[in-house]
Amino acid sequence: MNKIISKEHFSANVVKLEVEAPMIAKSRRAGHFVLVKVGEKGERIPLTITSSDLEKGTITLVIQKMGVSSTKICNLNEGDYITDLVGPLGKATHIEKFGTVVCAGGGVGLAPLLPIVEALKKAGNRVITVLAARTKDLIILEDQLRKHSDEIVVMTDDGSYGNKGLVTNGVENIINREKVDLCVTIGPAVMMKFVSLLTKKYEVPTLCSLNTIMVDGTGMCGACRVTVGGKTKFVCVDGPEFDAHQVDFDEMLMRLNAYKDEETESMTNLKK
Amino acid sequence: MALVDRSEAWREELRASMKNKERTNIERVHMNELDATIRSRNSEEVNLGLTVEQALLEAKRCLDCANPTCMNGCPVSINIPKFVKNIERGEFLEAAKTLKETSALPAVCGRVCPQELQCESQCIHIKMGKPAVAIGYLERFAADFERESGQISVPEIPHKNGIKVAAVGSGPAGLAFAGDMAQRGYDVTVFEALHQIGGVLKYGIPEFRLPNKIVDVEIECLRQMGVKFLTNCIVGKTITFDELSEEGFKGMFVGSGAGLPNFMNIKGENLIGVMSANEYLTRVNLMDAANPESDTPVYKGKSVAIIGGGNTAMDAVRTARRLGADRAMIVYRRSEEEMPARIEEIKHAKEEGIEFLTLHNPIEYHGNERGRVTHMLLQKMQLGEPDASGRRSPIAIEGATELIEVDMVIVSVGVSPNPLVPQSIQGLEVSRKGTVIVNENSMQTNIPAIFAGGDIVRGGATVILAMGDGRKAAAAMDEYLKESEN
Repeated sequence: MNKIISKEHFSANVVKLEVEAPMIAKSRRAGHFVLVKVGEKGERIPLTITSSDLEKGTITLVIQKMGVSSTKICNLNEGDYITDLVGPLGKATHIEKFGTVVCAGGGVGLAPLLPIVEALKKAGNRVITVLAARTKDLIILEDQLRKHSDEIVVMTDDGSYGNKGLVTNGVENIINREKVDLCVTIGPAVMMKFVSLLTKKYEVPTLCSLNTIMVDGTGMCGACRVTVGGKTKFVCVDGPEFDAHQVDFDEMLMRLNAYKDEETESMTNLKK
Repeated sequence: MALVDRSEAWREELRASMKNKERTNIERVHMNELDATIRSRNSEEVNLGLTVEQALLEAKRCLDCANPTCMNGCPVSINIPKFVKNIERGEFLEAAKTLKETSALPAVCGRVCPQELQCESQCIHIKMGKPAVAIGYLERFAADFERESGQISVPEIPHKNGIKVAAVGSGPAGLAFAGDMAQRGYDVTVFEALHQIGGVLKYGIPEFRLPNKIVDVEIECLRQMGVKFLTNCIVGKTITFDELSEEGFKGMFVGSGAGLPNFMNIKGENLIGVMSANEYLTRVNLMDAANPESDTPVYKGKSVAIIGGGNTAMDAVRTARRLGADRAMIVYRRSEEEMPARIEEIKHAKEEGIEFLTLHNPIEYHGNERGRVTHMLLQKMQLGEPDASGRRSPIAIEGATELIEVDMVIVSVGVSPNPLVPQSIQGLEVSRKGTVIVNENSMQTNIPAIFAGGDIVRGGATVILAMGDGRKAAAAMDEYLKESEN
């Protein structure tokens, strides 16, 4: 049982929770995730750790209401408890001085991007962060990302904030402008697919962080498997970060819909 | 060789009360079972256990041998004649106590141990050409009787030494280790990565073969012996081995179990509806996904194929049947004779209407436009010459294939060791396959304070072998810690 210390709404559907988890706060690194389960009959779902506070012994999670389980977590309030929380899981991001790094995040993907931006900056990289969302209200963590970036570029689909256009437009402008040594992209799978296609064209090495369906999250079930470079990999123990140019995004997109019918049905039941 | 004391007056009296000839003439008991048509539609336990009368009679069959070879077949050295004779004289609670002297999980072992390959295979009756004493059924009877009586005995702990030791993983290996160390007076903490205690007993073995409430009672007994349990904690991730040492833990037993499910790397294996047996069983058993109240979804396939012929495959196929499969199939590349599953499991599966496609091997899966599996293409096989393992190896019959409609495929072709713990302990020696290397007698790793056992060492074995490892490690760690204290 982990207590929720504070809750903040980033937008109607995106919530930030600060959760008591002293051991995880101490051992986690950028790129790590936790598995969270709400209620005795809850589902185990993976969530990337956004940040931690060693003194308070807390970790921060940013969650978007998508299905039943994420909605249940978002509906918890300050003082409530998360039934089960385990981590840190996955491999930590490999951080070194690469040179100039473009970090491209979309929507709620900006949350897991934050610790990576922070660590890359600390390692002496020039960090340019591209924040993308459909509309102004969905741009989150701008101030924190700005704090750890040399430059930020905001892209909105509708032009309500920053530049009008997609995340790929933002990334392409930078690549055309200067030499980029590495690109890190986190967001919806379809967004990462197109960022990856773009950077492949320009031969910019690219890392993506995948968020697939998981059950145990400890390398036991294989629900999270993806094809990377023609080989089957498990996101929970081999990832969550992979060479984006090697990831079979079409297969991953297909597999993300594995339980769509069941999910739609339970959402209808939850709303009742 | 097992040395047992059978000189107590009551034992002598019992032996004298009946001629061996009369004992051997009694027919072996049959396990009472739930009707196959009923049970294949629910999750109730298949084996119903023996009645008091049946147990009393079956116990009479045991000759109380001077040299009880059955004990040599038991990985945890249960004093078999002593508990059986206690049943014969009607002292069922005493029988249960005897079991608990060396086994932390008697009600579990009485259900899932392959007794036919262990204790029962060494029974004197076998040498006389008769079926063995039903030791497993009697073990279950005694353990169940104790539990249902409410008078559950907790082994006495003579002296607490206060020395802290850790078990990593709460499956059969970790629980057996914890029980033995607690009895030796150690302060034991069991660390579990999942949200429930029990490991494979909870996530793997289905309710119809091993109800969770039975596992919980055995865990509760360990708790009463002073064993502490910490769920949602991954040693090596949440807390490191060095941190445990700093907190005063003097020894650690790694029983983190099997991990990564193996796939066959054939076309279409990542289609939706194709999954590992671990995933399927974890969803249904640990997450209770078949229950409408559960948030975890699971497919309820109508035409389901399970690839493999082991006990896990049998568990998965029988689960699929219970979740409504009209057609539930075992696809196995060798013949039934080579199947590694227990005979009892195969028998039960057949009674429940499971189809056995032996000498068939999947070569690819086909899917629809949404990426869902629709068909499997099977290669027909025949048996060739025996291979290194002595089993006749399967050879493809050229051109002989069969396309079968399926909406779910469960791959159950073995697992590789869980990489999390070995990866996170610096300097720990592991094999090329990723199993932890230990001294076979002591289960000690190359790091003296760390011992290991169960599937993380064996790659994939049984509940009872894992428990045997846990016991062995406990004895060796006890000695190691006493030595290092001096």
